[in-house]
Amino acid sequence: MAFYVVQFLTGLASAASLFLVASGLSIIFGVTRIVNFAHGAFYMIGAYIAFTLTEWLSGAFGFWGAIVIAALAVALIGVLVEMVLLRRIYHAPELFQLLATFGLTLMVEDLVVLVWGPDDLVGRRAPGFRGAIDFFGQNIPSYDLFLIVLGPVVLGILWLLFQRTRWGVLVRAATQDRDMVAALGVNQKWLFTSVFAVGVFLAALGGALQIPRDAVHHAMDLRIIVEVFVVVVIGGLGSIVGAFVAAVLVSELNAFGILIFPKISIILVFLVMAVVLIVRPWGLFGKPEAPARKTPGLTVNPWRPLTSNERLAALAALVIAATLPLFAGNYALTVGSEIAIFVIFAVSLHFLMAVGGLASFGHAAYFGLGAYGVAFLAKMAGLPMIVCLLLGPLLGCMGAAVFGFFAVQLSGVYFAMLTLAFAQIVWSIAFQWVSVTGGDNGILGVWPSSWAASPSHFYWLALGVAALVTIALRAMVFSPFGYALRATRDSLLRSEAVGINAKRIQWTAFVIAGTTAGIGGALFAYLKGSVFPDNLGISLSVDALVMVLLGGVETVSGAVIGAIVYKALNIWLVSQTDLSKLVLGGFIVLIVVGFPKGIVGMLETLAQRRRKTSPPGSPLLVKPIESAE
Amino acid sequence: MRAKNYFVGAAFALLAGGMAHSAMAQDIKIGEINSYSLLPAFTEPYRKGWQLAVEEINAGGGVNGKKLVVISKDDGGKPADAQTAANELVSSEGVAMLTGTFLSNIGLAVSDFANQKKVFFLAAEPLTDAITWSKGNKYTFRLRPSNYMQAAMLVEAASKLPAKRWATIAPNYEYGQSAVAVFKKLMSEKRPDIQWVDEQWPPQGKIDAGPVVQAVAAANPEAILNVTFGADLVKLVREGNTRGLFKGREVVSFLTGEPEYLDPLKDETPEGWIVTGYPWYSIKTPEHDAFLKAYQAKYNDYPRLGSIVGYQTIKSAAAILAKAGSTDPEKLIAAAEGLSMPSPFGEITFRKIDHQSTLGAYVGKTALKGGKGVMVDSTYKKGADYLPSDAEVEKLRPKD
Amino acid sequence: MSVAPPLLAVEGLTKSYGGIHAVRGVSFSLRAGEILALIGPNGAGKSTCFDMLNGQNKPDTGHVRLLGEETTGKKPREIWRLGVGRTFQITATFATMTVRENVQVALISHERQLFNLFGSAPNFDRGEAGRLLELVGMSGYADRPCGELAYGDLKRLELAVALANHPKLLLMDEPTAGMAPRERVDLMRLTAQIAREKSIGVLFTEHDMDVVFEHADRIIVLNRGTLIAEGSPAEVRGNPQVQTVYLGEGLVYDARHREGASA
Repeated sequence: MAFYVVQFLTGLASAASLFLVASGLSIIFGVTRIVNFAHGAFYMIGAYIAFTLTEWLSGAFGFWGAIVIAALAVALIGVLVEMVLLRRIYHAPELFQLLATFGLTLMVEDLVVLVWGPDDLVGRRAPGFRGAIDFFGQNIPSYDLFLIVLGPVVLGILWLLFQRTRWGVLVRAATQDRDMVAALGVNQKWLFTSVFAVGVFLAALGGALQIPRDAVHHAMDLRIIVEVFVVVVIGGLGSIVGAFVAAVLVSELNAFGILIFPKISIILVFLVMAVVLIVRPWGLFGKPEAPARKTPGLTVNPWRPLTSNERLAALAALVIAATLPLFAGNYALTVGSEIAIFVIFAVSLHFLMAVGGLASFGHAAYFGLGAYGVAFLAKMAGLPMIVCLLLGPLLGCMGAAVFGFFAVQLSGVYFAMLTLAFAQIVWSIAFQWVSVTGGDNGILGVWPSSWAASPSHFYWLALGVAALVTIALRAMVFSPFGYALRATRDSLLRSEAVGINAKRIQWTAFVIAGTTAGIGGALFAYLKGSVFPDNLGISLSVDALVMVLLGGVETVSGAVIGAIVYKALNIWLVSQTDLSKLVLGGFIVLIVVGFPKGIVGMLETLAQRRRKTSPPGSPLLVKPIESAE
Repeated sequence: MRAKNYFVGAAFALLAGGMAHSAMAQDIKIGEINSYSLLPAFTEPYRKGWQLAVEEINAGGGVNGKKLVVISKDDGGKPADAQTAANELVSSEGVAMLTGTFLSNIGLAVSDFANQKKVFFLAAEPLTDAITWSKGNKYTFRLRPSNYMQAAMLVEAASKLPAKRWATIAPNYEYGQSAVAVFKKLMSEKRPDIQWVDEQWPPQGKIDAGPVVQAVAAANPEAILNVTFGADLVKLVREGNTRGLFKGREVVSFLTGEPEYLDPLKDETPEGWIVTGYPWYSIKTPEHDAFLKAYQAKYNDYPRLGSIVGYQTIKSAAAILAKAGSTDPEKLIAAAEGLSMPSPFGEITFRKIDHQSTLGAYVGKTALKGGKGVMVDSTYKKGADYLPSDAEVEKLRPKD
Repeated sequence: MSVAPPLLAVEGLTKSYGGIHAVRGVSFSLRAGEILALIGPNGAGKSTCFDMLNGQNKPDTGHVRLLGEETTGKKPREIWRLGVGRTFQITATFATMTVRENVQVALISHERQLFNLFGSAPNFDRGEAGRLLELVGMSGYADRPCGELAYGDLKRLELAVALANHPKLLLMDEPTAGMAPRERVDLMRLTAQIAREKSIGVLFTEHDMDVVFEHADRIIVLNRGTLIAEGSPAEVRGNPQVQTVYLGEGLVYDARHREGASA
């Protein structure tokens, strides 16, 4: 019995650190709608700074003072980031801020190694909380008890802050309805900055408090960021109580789950999230999101098919690309093939995201399933390459059909997180089912048949498929289906009111995107000659998101350019420097600030501006100001 | 400045890739790949090790009179990126052979690449048994003592312990799984009386140490096998110390005696664990003394195990190249098979039968000295003594 | 005696939330070509009632029949397929698409081409789309992105979209809300004209009593969830109960509002 009590308390202690970080993320998202990918980075910097300070300052006061100072210092960094970077892009398309914070995260991961060195750092134990307390023969670390108390205390303070102060009232109001607060004449800028600072403070505090239990190292951020997102979503976005309950739920399920299934930790949070989202689409304590108010006038470049001149230009670009084998070496051709494959992957996500308005955070699942499909067919059934290429993507198609059915019932961030959960579930199956998938050692020896083996032949194959896929998806954008899909994106209400079954349209789009990604994955398996769980992993999904956002989510085919630029740069940087993340992150941040509509989006706007040298005194946009009945 | 050039250069990277590097005939190039950005704590000492080796070789006249050049690439911890790097090294840089890699899956990916493209590959650090056995191929050799060898060394000591109830804690991926599997198999062969009472599989890098320690304690084992390392190990040790998990229990632990993993534990180092590792401070052989002196003179730092691996990887590569007198992969294989050479740990041989080197490891016990973790009572275990019989290896390895 | 069923027949519609009756036993009917206004003070249950007709809300009891066919409990898109077009209080259009594309979407849906993956949508029923836009006087805006339109134009666009499936019935929720007085008159005149020409029944809710009395053929009045009056504009205007309900609010307010607006 005593054991179960102690295990429960241990779970609570884990929940406390999770909650601190999650509450910060939840507050930031609730008010600013920023999916703050850099939250884990702030957590990590908090730990690093606290480590340095606790080594410097002595005594009990020194230790606790160091923890608080570290959190405050990081909050200050947060304020700078908000003012210098995020403020510029609040009005950029949805999720563009994700790109900015992703860039920051990349930079931070390299910067901490430059500043603090590569070694794992182990900090001091907390004065007064070094030992353990005996509970019927079981030991409970006193620091755990401290954390168990701290969690509810922070929850209480936040509650008071939100319920009893004017600032809190404004934050809650802004969480409900941002435009309203703006209309009330509140200085939105400073409200956002202060909210960001509080959120970052909590993240950094969470990181600093890990000093006595964890090692400080440069991958701490990735370890926590996904888990924290999951906690926030399970709890309900913007709900602090929800974050607390979800943190406890996840931690306790893990603490007791490992007693029965020791291998469950790897997938537990994602299973819980998938179940919660399917049963309660807005999380445990979340409220249904008010239908996103599209700001009219933001997107003023109507989409149109290419003119014949543009078609010729695209064809010319393709022809030039096809001549690469005439003068480039094998390495360049292989890189070219890889880029072509990522073009396929990116345009498939772009179709879902830009045309369908469904931002998937787990698109790599279908890419990877296509790759595994090929590997199974080639290695187990021994089928020839052409058959594998045709049939392999069907695995991606099937995965998309099953998961897409559930995912399209949701929208916005909840959709994103459910797709992430599904991707992680698929990943963990590939990772765990060693007898079939080879686990993390993957499936080797999936090499192309002789007709496609030479780098130039494979390059032409990849380029050809990429061109076909891009053309086909582009044609679909301008097909009746494409119009219907855009209609569901722009207004669910209106599309239902003209007889469109939005869920079925979106599900179809999901399957199309998943199958297309599977085609990319199938080619990728042959390019690399092997398949690994990585091919389904989060970082690949994030890569795809970055490529789409970089190209421009409001464009028809921006992802093509996004994929080429990002992938080429990435490969080149990785080859040139060990600090590729720092440079790439910096590049992304610059792009975000300089091209808030993405590369192609910005080019289009420039072209548009040139066309309309004299704007025809367009009537001021009349914004409907309606008071609900 | 440099960064700006990167951006401009990106556009030309593709074009340049093909033609930029016309190899100079005077140099012999070795391509090296490792997870520098993902695992800097392990790969930095490794890099220092091989850089020292390159310096020594070239100071001694190079390889057959030619200057040795190592071109090093980062794989970011991703198998796919490692293959891109391998491809660049082979197709674009024209290297004579590939070396390096840390993670098992990356080692396997590069090994498969080498097999496909018929390139000589000397795997430095990956531990997986598959790379020389179930997925072995004729182009791939491996330096570091494998999972099986480390397990066999530990079993030798562990089987002498009186403990009968054992629990295991290992990261939930192939390395952890196969380490536990081999250890269990070898242990049970020697000690059929042993019971395995609990196993914990925290995700690699994400251990929730409190519940794991508590769960293991609840099973009340007499001894524990640990396979976690790095930050996970730190958390496990801290929780275990606080909760008294290790009190009165024997612990056998993979790799924990390597400075990379032992040093961060500082004054929390648990005492009396039986570990494999590298006690650089207590090795008193002329070979090692020479290495240590050179290393400390160059870097003003002590070596980690990675330094040894990096150093010996390039030394081995040079020895193979020197003997082959050619960069032809078939000749390199012929030269490498059965080749013996000196190392800081004494003479090692690349076995003909499975291309595994006989580099060994030190087995000893952990102890606290002056607030730091050290290995005591350590003895060197020769790799050759901890490999299965040739007949068994024949069965494990596919025919070329 | 067999009489053809009315276009829309509503019988005993009831809906309550947590014990409070939002709508109680409301019955009325609507003929083809007739323009019927549903009015009532704030909180009278207009919106609830309206949502039960268009399928966004399910009644607790009661029936809605369209030409004798039960539509109670059907989804909005199914009701649309039966020939019911609608406009929203706050316009709902496809903001990133052009005016013509907005109409084309409705046409694509009407012709059941939603899952046509490789056809050409820009050329889809261009002629019909053009006619619909001309009907509402939006021809000149066909290639403008919807997000650029003034509010009154959006309302007209919604009307064109609502007409795309040759509806028998138009449901218009506060069609003139948020518009300038001049635009209100124009829109309602246009609606009435189209309704009469095509023999479409129109049911609309409205706050602006001028609009109601000028354009409705018949008016039904809701108060606290029940129907308190029904009849021609003149009858309703003279109904003492209605006057009580609106005293100090609708009529009086409206008169003031009109003065203010014309000043």
